[in-house]
Amino acid sequence: MRDAATADERRVETLEINVGPHHPSTHGVFRAILELDGEIVLNVTPYLGYLHRGYEKTCEAKTYHNVIPLAERCDYMGASSNSFAFCVAAEKLMDVEVPPRAQTIRIMMAELSRIFSHLFWLGTHAHDVGAMTPLFYCLREREDIMNLFELTAGGRLMPNYIRIGGVIADLEEGFVERLRSFTDAFDGHVDEYETLLTKNAIYMDRTSGIGILTKEDAIALGASGPMARASGIAWDIRKSEPYSGYENYDFDIAVEYGCDVYSRYLVRMKEMRESNRILLQAIGRLEEGPIRATKPGFVFPPQEEIYTRSESLIHHFMLVVEGVQPPKGGEVYQYIESPRGELGCYLVSDGGPKPYRLKWRAPAFVNLQTLAKMSQGAFLSDFIAILSSVDIVLAEVDR
Amino acid sequence: MGIERSLSNNVLVTSLEWAVNWARKSSMWPLGFGLACCALEMIATFVSRYDLSRFGMEVARPSPRQADLMIVAGTASKKMLPAVLRIYEQMTEPRYVIAMGACACSGGIYKNYAVVQGIDRHLPVDVYIPGCPPRPEALLDGILQLHAKVMQEQSIRNPRITDILAAPK
Amino acid sequence: MNQEAIKERLVSAFGAEVIQGAVLFADQMAVTVVKDKILDVCRFLKTDPDLAFDLLSFVGGVDRHPASPRFEVVYQLYSMRHKHRFRIKAMVEEEQEGLGTIDSVVELWPTASWHERETAEMFGIEFTGHPDPRKLLLPEEWYVYPLRKDFPVEGTEDTPDLPAAQIREG
Repeated sequence: MRDAATADERRVETLEINVGPHHPSTHGVFRAILELDGEIVLNVTPYLGYLHRGYEKTCEAKTYHNVIPLAERCDYMGASSNSFAFCVAAEKLMDVEVPPRAQTIRIMMAELSRIFSHLFWLGTHAHDVGAMTPLFYCLREREDIMNLFELTAGGRLMPNYIRIGGVIADLEEGFVERLRSFTDAFDGHVDEYETLLTKNAIYMDRTSGIGILTKEDAIALGASGPMARASGIAWDIRKSEPYSGYENYDFDIAVEYGCDVYSRYLVRMKEMRESNRILLQAIGRLEEGPIRATKPGFVFPPQEEIYTRSESLIHHFMLVVEGVQPPKGGEVYQYIESPRGELGCYLVSDGGPKPYRLKWRAPAFVNLQTLAKMSQGAFLSDFIAILSSVDIVLAEVDR
Repeated sequence: MGIERSLSNNVLVTSLEWAVNWARKSSMWPLGFGLACCALEMIATFVSRYDLSRFGMEVARPSPRQADLMIVAGTASKKMLPAVLRIYEQMTEPRYVIAMGACACSGGIYKNYAVVQGIDRHLPVDVYIPGCPPRPEALLDGILQLHAKVMQEQSIRNPRITDILAAPK
Repeated sequence: MNQEAIKERLVSAFGAEVIQGAVLFADQMAVTVVKDKILDVCRFLKTDPDLAFDLLSFVGGVDRHPASPRFEVVYQLYSMRHKHRFRIKAMVEEEQEGLGTIDSVVELWPTASWHERETAEMFGIEFTGHPDPRKLLLPEEWYVYPLRKDFPVEGTEDTPDLPAAQIREG
């Protein structure tokens, strides 16, 4: 029999559970060890690397043009934004100026990728929180966008359309009409999603006040994109450091001040509407002209000329066989606003045809650092909602 | 109405093996093992445009104990490999594996230190679906080929029956 | 402020001997500072009101093998208030025994935590003062530094598929 003194000694232990790497709600192979006190999360330790594919090392072994399809597979939700970021960096390194038609087409692809990515985020985020219906609606819209991607260069998910100096081929006939019918219908679709979720009492209960990331924490932890804009930081690289002609477009920055999961939802919904606005303006700005710059030795000559002019044939041949020769000792860091935040590419050149060093500044990698801070004191089911609001793509996090 | 009208007052004669195989292939529940980009095309196959529920497979189970088919969709990195194998071991028999995408078939465009050069080095793969990523139609074609393979299987393993069938006449 | 003016602020605060080199390419400047002063320089860059670099975009490494010092650690900075960017580098030598070290900047910018972990495991550099110096992306059993120039892309026998025997042990 225990006497009274020891019967009062109690030991409180925290529970450690393992979430992932195979888990329906981790959006890929993400693993976290949670320390729980009952159902309250005390500590989150993320374990990454389950999709580490050696991207940066592989890029050192490929020529600049061969890096483009590899880059697209980094953030597979909005694939064109990756090749956009890399091409913008390579163009800065090699001092290539992109013609206006190609800039407009690239903006179309970038904004379509943004809508593409946010739609998938919306579907899976709602699924994590418990609402299964928006997933089917969002994926239906994504099929329309995938039809448009297929028209550009043949790939549904990874169109592989953007090249250093421009794009690979001109838009097909019928692309602009299909894009216009998509943009005309899209605002109505966003209204549909809003009726499902925005004023839904259950959704608001599950996401309001959850996962608070204050403005100071967001800057200290390097958050960018919708994560930062939902904490009141009005920072959008398309506005503050415009690239590829974004300064000519009229759109608003989507900012919310709630700092919680619900604010991130509102920011992304607003961003989808603004992207639609940009698409409509881009259709109007499309002008005739070349779709790739003319810089022999760096940019592929147009396809028609390769078959008719011998200099173009020789330039094409040398580019494929030898590769480009960017200036030795050149280094650039160029960045775009991807659907997740600041997507940057740091290129170091040694004068050879392959990048000496390619450092990919992945926004999802940096935004994921905020997870531990945001989840302290939340319930386990809130942790899932917070994780899905960060909008991670594991291929970008792990590279 | 329905199929009963054409089957009424009839006797269907078939082998038990055919019936078991038919039941297995018509309700094969996949374990959604989406690792990377191919997972997006796998999800696109599940939803309304390329509807996988016409084949009885829309019930994607998160738990390997309840799944029959593991679709390895995406790159298996070397760090992830132990988890893949442990999940495969937890699946109950009969279990099938589809390697979807170039990375699962052979390592894909990642021939480097961090990627398993094809999960068939460690798992018995039934159907390989190449592509980067393969279209949903390609995944459906691969699944149908797996169904055809299942129909050919010798699924009845009652030793008494196989002994009788194998005994010299 | 333009890039030259930022460099002048640095020189006037620390003296010209803190700058080991500067590269101006495509309107972007990258200044190499003395490794031992990196923490002070970064603190100055963050707290000075005209510079105010409050956001660290990334910390990365470059292997300059066979040059010596071998590793470059690159810090890319952005200022929310003034909307200017700057790049700072520090050189780390390869040590005969053990790993080259450099101070960690986590106390200034908490976002550096994972960047430094990744740079440390990929290049074999130690960031002194880092609160959590575990491996981030690579398996814990490996003891290789993949992003070094003398490491082959296909891997070596030190980067095997983790064998099944190891999996059975759990």
